[in-house]
Amino acid sequence: MRALAGLIGGLIFGAGLTISGMINPLKVQAFLDVAGNWDPSLAFVMGGAIPVAALGFAIGRRRRAPLLSQGFSGPTKHALDAKLLGGAAIFGIGWGLTGYCPGPALASVGHGAPETLVFVAAMLVGMAGFRLLLRAG
Amino acid sequence: MTMFTPVESLLGGALIGLAAAWMWLSLGRVAGVSAIIGVASRAEIDWRMPFLGGLVAAPLVLASSGMEIVWQTPPIGWGLLIIGGLLVGFGTRLGSGCTSGHGVCGVARLSPRSIVATMVFMLTAAIVVYVQRHLGAGGL
Repeated sequence: MRALAGLIGGLIFGAGLTISGMINPLKVQAFLDVAGNWDPSLAFVMGGAIPVAALGFAIGRRRRAPLLSQGFSGPTKHALDAKLLGGAAIFGIGWGLTGYCPGPALASVGHGAPETLVFVAAMLVGMAGFRLLLRAG
Repeated sequence: MTMFTPVESLLGGALIGLAAAWMWLSLGRVAGVSAIIGVASRAEIDWRMPFLGGLVAAPLVLASSGMEIVWQTPPIGWGLLIIGGLLVGFGTRLGSGCTSGHGVCGVARLSPRSIVATMVFMLTAAIVVYVQRHLGAGGL
């Protein structure tokens, strides 16, 4: 059941990325290009996503546990530390450079363009690099 | 230049929000793609792998049902593409999230960390695009 729930979540998420235009890196960059031919579409993506997600979290607050797990497992960190700010800044540089963030890049893998596959491979290496650094401590 | 698509983007966004709500209410987990893919351990692999499978399959399912999908790839050279991928992978793990975990789920939960992170990555991304497109660093 948990596998099915995950699959359904991924399918809906991927459909949303596709229909909204997020899987097109040029569209993402056009949203970030406020000084050029600005395409504000992505603000509408967030405008559609955030209230619906917020409703889900609000319903969750009234429940003791989710349907298929023992309990809710949300983020536990609260500090606005250097890791958060530095990580977000580094991610933003890569996002602006390519127009790809993790979700849309993965959702594009099935299309099989070499550029997408190379990006995703590099992204996985970057994630592995972080784990190595964490372990080296 | 791309076309302004308010209706599709709002609808697609609502689906992304629905997926986030579904993951929270069914499994009690945040639909943050960088965490789902980036956590190396086998923990919770039972739903993580199917989620990623669904994510990859979704556009193919839509395409086979007749939807026209605009497939584009980043308009930069291979070197910068690889650097960009490395930065996205490393940065999202260091900063504990990406556009989905921070930008949608975290902002929806009114998490101060996520709101700040979202402002920071939008700002640095916009600066990079400005340098690329308006300061003559087209190859960048």
